[in-house]
This record gives sequence, structure tokens and C-alpha cells, in this order.
Amino acid sequence: MKIDDIELQQKLHPAMVEGDHDFASVTDKISDVTLKKRTPFHWFIGFGISFMVAQLLLFTVIWLLANGIGIWGNNQPVGWAFDIINFVWWIGIGHAGTLISAILLLLNQKWRTSINRFAEAMTLFAVACAAMFPLLHTGRPWLAAYWLFPYPNTMGIWPNFRSPLIWDVFAVSTYATVSLLFWYVGLIPDFATLRDRAKNPFFKFVYSILSWGWRGSARHWHRYEIAYLILAGISTPLVLSVHSIVSFDFSVSQLPGWHATIFPPYFVAGAVFAGFAMVLILCIPLRRWYRMQDFITHQHLVYMAKVMLATGLIVVYGYAMEAFFGWYSASQYEVFMIKNRIWEGPYWWSYWLLIFCNGASIQLLWFERFRNSEFWLFLISIVVSVGMWLERFVIIVTSLHRDFLPSSWAMYSPRVWDWTMFVGTIGFFFTLLYLFVRFVPIISIFEVRTLLPDAHVHGHQQDFEELVNEVEDTYDKTDPPNN
Amino acid sequence: MGNKLHGIMAEFDTATELVDAARAVRDAGYTKTDAFSPFPLHEIDEALGIKRSILPYLIFAGGITGLCAGIGLQFYVHMISWPIIVGGRPHFSLPAFVPPAFELTILFSAFVAVFGMLFLNGLPSPYHPVFNVPRFALATREKFFLLIEAKDPNYDYDVTREFMESLDAQEVFDVEE
Repeated sequence: MKIDDIELQQKLHPAMVEGDHDFASVTDKISDVTLKKRTPFHWFIGFGISFMVAQLLLFTVIWLLANGIGIWGNNQPVGWAFDIINFVWWIGIGHAGTLISAILLLLNQKWRTSINRFAEAMTLFAVACAAMFPLLHTGRPWLAAYWLFPYPNTMGIWPNFRSPLIWDVFAVSTYATVSLLFWYVGLIPDFATLRDRAKNPFFKFVYSILSWGWRGSARHWHRYEIAYLILAGISTPLVLSVHSIVSFDFSVSQLPGWHATIFPPYFVAGAVFAGFAMVLILCIPLRRWYRMQDFITHQHLVYMAKVMLATGLIVVYGYAMEAFFGWYSASQYEVFMIKNRIWEGPYWWSYWLLIFCNGASIQLLWFERFRNSEFWLFLISIVVSVGMWLERFVIIVTSLHRDFLPSSWAMYSPRVWDWTMFVGTIGFFFTLLYLFVRFVPIISIFEVRTLLPDAHVHGHQQDFEELVNEVEDTYDKTDPPNN
Repeated sequence: MGNKLHGIMAEFDTATELVDAARAVRDAGYTKTDAFSPFPLHEIDEALGIKRSILPYLIFAGGITGLCAGIGLQFYVHMISWPIIVGGRPHFSLPAFVPPAFELTILFSAFVAVFGMLFLNGLPSPYHPVFNVPRFALATREKFFLLIEAKDPNYDYDVTREFMESLDAQEVFDVEE
């Protein structure tokens, strides 16, 4: 190996761990957040606010169960409104977590290592929020067992497996389960680290249980790596299937504005786009508050910004294709829908707001100046999150509110209970995240260890000495050392 | 140290030292051995002579089971339990049955991957003798350990201990049962 090769290597593959770290310091720095450091004051503030906001959800659910879904603004013809908008929005956010943990692992992207843990946690909590909407939109969730799951009702009739709605049940429940398993498997060695470092007997006991007696045996690691890699391999088609199936809820129907073949890829790209925006929203404050800049480096933020730009452009392509399909279909209903959505209808403003949020704002990411600024990245991510919510609003409301029969046209506007339910799930999401940050290592400790130079096994000891001699010879022949 | 010994353990500072020592242990003819590291080390499999696990085959079998369960469930519901025509589709609408069958394939393989891995690893194991060495707590932090078990056919306390000490280890411990 020559010196200039090393420099070239560093340029091509920038170090994913900054600062002067070894195995012990990495372990201590990440696990101390959970074990040793006093809970910071801002944690209590953040948790308190999130928990209070989550009470809105509790209150809304109780009111909903007492009165039925008539408390929402849903009407005819807009029978599907905030419940499905929020469901799709949340489940889309989850997708970035699986993309980071599975697809980037298969692609051998080292930078996934320090962000996968909390991105996966984000996935789990987002899916938990998402799953509430289809359950609660039935109005009587205790009866949902035989509406959603393959269980015959008293007449012996089963759900219809030819319907995308039941595919959705299978996709989302599998996704939630596999994400949980994947996350937990990644946590086992780190729980073992916490077990061995915990001083408090209660937490030592809890972490012992959670780590299943993991001891880092070479045979265990061997099987562990196989299981982890295969989980990544099967999660990859899973995550692509989940949002494709969510898009089938729309595209399998005959409604103009929904019935389009572009939907599955366009939904998947949108999901990853929204998810990376949420990862950035969480990551930027988190790395500052817990001083994790050595592990979640500036380079990580830049990479995420680039993924956001790329997926955002795919989404913009989707918008263009939707409009093109409408015009090219030569069907008067499709043409009417597109015109109504973009400029003739009463919801034209939501379409243009969406184009601003998802199409225009991300163009800033072409410039290094904006990619390098945490402030701008944070701001653009929030704008994108709003934009992705608007996307679902546009698709659902503008397609439904003027259907084939003009006599049934109506306007839709959400009521206060729609908003409290939505805002409540945001509170619930952040409550879970705050608990996660407090009790679980936010970065995968054992995977960060593998990023350190010491993790590489050198050939034979002799070869290494020869290499050192060679390098010293080269130095002797060139410039004398400065000091 | 009157207790029965589980084996003899050596502690190392670096991954390279551990792998070199593991090779020496294997060359000396020991088979009941194990290594412990704070992160997965690919080189150790070859150094200790660890055979490839059967786990991938189990996961494949799990996936096939899930696929059959998915197709079987939908076949039973739409062909046997209550055949009903919806939208003029055939009773056995295979293309529409792909998504649930696919999801169940993934679900079953994921369960086998995780619980199969834990089962083959003998986890959960609430007690293990290696934890009797106080320094072993560092195996999940920064240190590397190599173990020769007492049930190894070549094991002889004095010889094995002397051999372990010859491996440039930081320290050599007796592991009590």
C-alpha cells in the first residue's frame, strides 16, 4: 500500500467516525447517554410537551368511540379523508428507516451504520401511529377483527382477498412485525454492552433479560451476521411492497386521479423522500443535544440531503406524469380531474402549495451551500414533510370531491376532531421517541466499532512489521521529519 | 480454585492478536474452543474452523412454509369455505392472491431468521461460566477473549495453560464452572 493510495481512499470514502476514537471510547460515549449522564433538562421539556400533545389523541379516541366517526368532517363523496391521508403520511415516513437499515446495508454503504438505530425506531413509531387510523376509522375497532383479519363473521363470510384493503392489512402488519424484529436483533449486542456496564441493579437486570445472555461468542456472531444479512435481504422487497400495496388502495379503483399505473413507484419514492426528511428533522437536533457529531458527521447530513434530492425529483416526475396521463388518456373524466386539481377547482391552492413544498424547495439542495447548512436542511425537511402530507390531501380530496355525478359533488373541510387526532399522533410519536432516546442506545454501538481502523485484522504480524519498515525507509529517503 | 474448571481463557487487546492466537490454538489441535469479540470478526470463522451455519436453509424452509400458508389460506377461503363471486373474478384469482402470500413468505422467514438464530445460539442463556471471569465484562466493550474448554480431548490443565500463556495474551484466566 502506498501513501498516496491512502489519501485517495480517504477522499473516496470519507471517514464515517470523526475524532480520535477507540472501541472503549465509542462504547462509553454512546452508552453513557443511557446509563450515566444526568437526564438533560431539555429532555424533560420535550417529553413533557410531547406527552401533553399525545393526550389530545387519547381524548379524541375516547370521543370517537363514544360518538362514532361522525365527529370527523368526512362526508359523501369525500368518504376517505384525514384518516387515510394521515395513515399514508405516517407509513411513508417509516420507509426511510427500513431503507437505511436494509437497502443501504446490502449496498454496503458504511454511513448507514450510525443512523440506522434511530431511523428504525422512527419506523416503528411511525407505523404505530399509522396503524391507528385504519383501526379507528372503522369506528368500532373491537369489531375490526373480522373486518380486517381473515376471520369469518357470524354469517360465515370472510374478507375478500381480491381487495387491496386486505392486502394492506397483511402488508402493514408484516411490515410492523419485521421492523420490530430487525430493530430488536440489532439491539441485542448493545443491550449486552449496557448490561455489562450498568451499575444500577434494576437496569442491569432489565438489560440482562433484554440481551438474552449475549456473550459475543464467535459462533454466535457467525449466525447473527447471517440472520442480519438475510433480514436485510427480505426487508428490501418488503419495504418496496408495502407502499406499492398502499398505493393499490387507490390505483386499483376506477376513480380518475387514483387509477394510474405510476402510483406504486411514485408512492415508494415519496415515502423514502418523506422518511429522509423526518430522519433529518430528528437527526439535526439529536446530534447536537447529545454531542454525537463524531458519529453522525456532517458527511451523513450531506448524504441524506442528496438522497432527499434524488427521491424528491422522482416524486416531481410522478406529478408530471400524472398530469400527462390525464391529458393523454383522452378520457373526459381524467382531463376534467387534472384541470380541476390544478387550476379550475376550489382546491387549486393545495396543488400549488404541494409543488412549492416538494418540487421547488428541494431545488436548493443542488447547491453545496444549502446542503452544508444545518439550518437550511432542517427547514427544507420540515417544508418537505408538510409537502408530503399535502400530496396525500391533493390525491384524496381533489379526486373524490368531484366524482362522476355532478349532483353528488361537495366540498370537504376537516373539523376540529380531525386535527386533534392528527396532532395527537405527532405527540404520541415524539413521546415514544423521547423514551427511546432515554432508555436505548441511540446509535448502534457494535456496528460503529466495526468502522474503526482497529477493527480490521491485519495479515500476519510479520507482514505488518515489514510494511512499517518499508514506510520508514520511504520516509528516510525523502524529507527529514519536521520535529 | 477447588471448583471444577470450565476451561482456560486468554485476553487480548486487538482483533489481530486474537485471530493469530486462534490460528495457533487450532494448529495445536484443540477443537472445543471459542472466541469472544465486541463486534463480528469475519477472520475468526476460518481461524477457529467454524463451519457455515445451516440457518439459511431453515430460513428458506420458513419462507416456503409462509408462501404455502398464504396460498392455502386464500384457497380455503375462496374455494372451500365460502366460494363467492366478486366483480366477476374467478374463485381462485391467483394474481390477486400474490400480495398476501408474498407478505406471509416474508413474515415467516423473518421469524425463522431471528428465532432460529437465537435457538441455534442456545439463547436465552441466563447463566454461562465465562461470566465468572470478572474481566469478561469487557468483551462487550473493547477486549477480545479466547477460550479452550476443559472437555476438549487434548485438554490438560498444565499443558494447556502453559500453551495459552505462550500466545502473547494480556492475561490468562481459569474459568470456573
